[in-house]
Amino acid sequence: MKRPRIPFRVRLQRDWQLLVMVAPGFLILLVFSYVPIAGNVIAFQDYNPYLGDNPLEAFLHSEWIGFGQFQLLFEDPAFWHALRNTLTITAFQLVFFFPLPILLAILLHSLLSSRVRGFIQTVVYLPHFFSWVLVITFFVQMLGGAGLLAQTMREADLQPWNIMTNPDTFILLVTAEAVWKDIGWGTIVFLAALSTIDQNLYEAAAADGAGRWRRLWHITLPGLRPVIVLLLILRLGDALSVGFEQFILQRDAVGREASEVLDTFVYYFSIATGNYGYGAAAGLFKAAIGLCLILAANKVAHRLGEQGIYAK
Amino acid sequence: MSVKTTRPVWEEKPTPIGQTLKAAALALLVLGVLFPLWVILVTSLSSRETIAEAGGFVVIPKGIDVSAYRTILSGGAVTRALWISTLVTVIGTALALTVTVLAAYGLSRPRSLGSRWLLAYFLLPFLVYPPLVPKYLVVTGLGLKDTIWALILPSAISVFNLVVVRGFFQGIPQELLDSARIDGASDFRILGRIVLPLSKAVVAVIGLFYAVGYWNVWFDALLFIDRNDMYPIQRVLQSYLLAGQAPHTSGATVGVTMPPTEAIKMAVVVLTVAPIVAVYPFIQRHFIKGVLIGAVKG
Repeated sequence: MKRPRIPFRVRLQRDWQLLVMVAPGFLILLVFSYVPIAGNVIAFQDYNPYLGDNPLEAFLHSEWIGFGQFQLLFEDPAFWHALRNTLTITAFQLVFFFPLPILLAILLHSLLSSRVRGFIQTVVYLPHFFSWVLVITFFVQMLGGAGLLAQTMREADLQPWNIMTNPDTFILLVTAEAVWKDIGWGTIVFLAALSTIDQNLYEAAAADGAGRWRRLWHITLPGLRPVIVLLLILRLGDALSVGFEQFILQRDAVGREASEVLDTFVYYFSIATGNYGYGAAAGLFKAAIGLCLILAANKVAHRLGEQGIYAK
Repeated sequence: MSVKTTRPVWEEKPTPIGQTLKAAALALLVLGVLFPLWVILVTSLSSRETIAEAGGFVVIPKGIDVSAYRTILSGGAVTRALWISTLVTVIGTALALTVTVLAAYGLSRPRSLGSRWLLAYFLLPFLVYPPLVPKYLVVTGLGLKDTIWALILPSAISVFNLVVVRGFFQGIPQELLDSARIDGASDFRILGRIVLPLSKAVVAVIGLFYAVGYWNVWFDALLFIDRNDMYPIQRVLQSYLLAGQAPHTSGATVGVTMPPTEAIKMAVVVLTVAPIVAVYPFIQRHFIKGVLIGAVKG
């Protein structure tokens, strides 16, 4: 159906206040999102910050070198190492972190007393609001070499475990920290989905002789399926980001070998050293792969008959 | 939400083992959050003797000694960092709320001039993050380095929060707004007099999200703040607790017996956690709604 067209001038007169309201947000996104996104083009330059008084001048004077930075990047063993660490951690957390909020949500949903449930929810949501500095501080104070656990073990004449500085078990440590911070927060979406499942389904299944595990498998999990698929897609699209602050903060404790991921690689090999074009190339590579991953995952979801992130 | 409060008749009785396991898992989880908070709070309030006796951390309190707090709050790096973080949080939250609410209202009326293009413009940064290196160059190029604006401006609008507020505004009955418009009210007036008073809850939740984000800012401070007298609290916490620097306090305490280092360190942690724990219970009831609107629309 076609609406009668209102002349531009009339619409402007009607809506100019809305445009004024949008302007501050428009400007902030322009300067701090769109200009940086466009600034990705320095990945194709031999960007030299000393060629001008400010980054813009330096950009205009720097030499264009095509894919030179990418060539260097792909020949850099440190880059492949960071990529491998990132993917290993993503895969590990997909198996050992992703399902936990689902389990916890089912557990919480099964509680009968709403006061107990409310109390537990209040407590477990809280760490989500802590900064990574705080979360790691808590872990160091409890489990570190001078922490409470080590203190207790020494009192019992035991050799304290080396948890916070052991590169071999670092992947367990970062997963444990992520679980501590976000297991509660992660349940919110699943709890909402659980509350929309029709209770009559459970009653009918029980009448047909399905036990509690079969009801869980045949009613609860299918009810959660769209949400699980959606979150999996989002996680896959973010496969190359495993958290940034968490890794920088622990790099000194466990060493580069175990803790270098793509994000920290960009920081240490570019901003920390002034090699900006190189870091921009690594960042651009990461963003491009991420976009491909999320589109691919969404396509698979559509094939499987799920809704995915956008309706087709 | 439909929440059952009694066990339906058709459901099996729970097994004792199952009940025990369930209770144990949940108790472990709750203790896992509360126990570290407790130990850190108690240690920060303990005297030198109590700490020496316990060998470091104190689990069972024995008297209250606030000398650690007195020392770090009487001037010096921690006091200054707390001021800077408070400043960043207050100014940042006020600015971010203003920008977000205005943009959300400006984008909430269907078929207004340019609304489709503008909406796409505002949503795209949700999919494409601003890349680190160019963002660093932009912020430094604007001369924001070593100012609080480097911590405030880049995160003064979050697309997620914008979507939540816009969704809420669109749920307000249009007749209400139309009648005000017929009476000749401007859009600014409608926003201030009608829309905002109806949206206190959602604005409170979004305000909490922004405030927590600004209070927790650490990485942006690592990037943009080189002068250590401009450090926000998270940066100071990191240098004392994780990088192992001794908390240096103001010179005024020379000659006075210093409170134990453990207590001072833990007091810094407590002061970093305190504002979050203090505002959290007031807003906790509302934020679940906020998250869900965002999750459904996003």
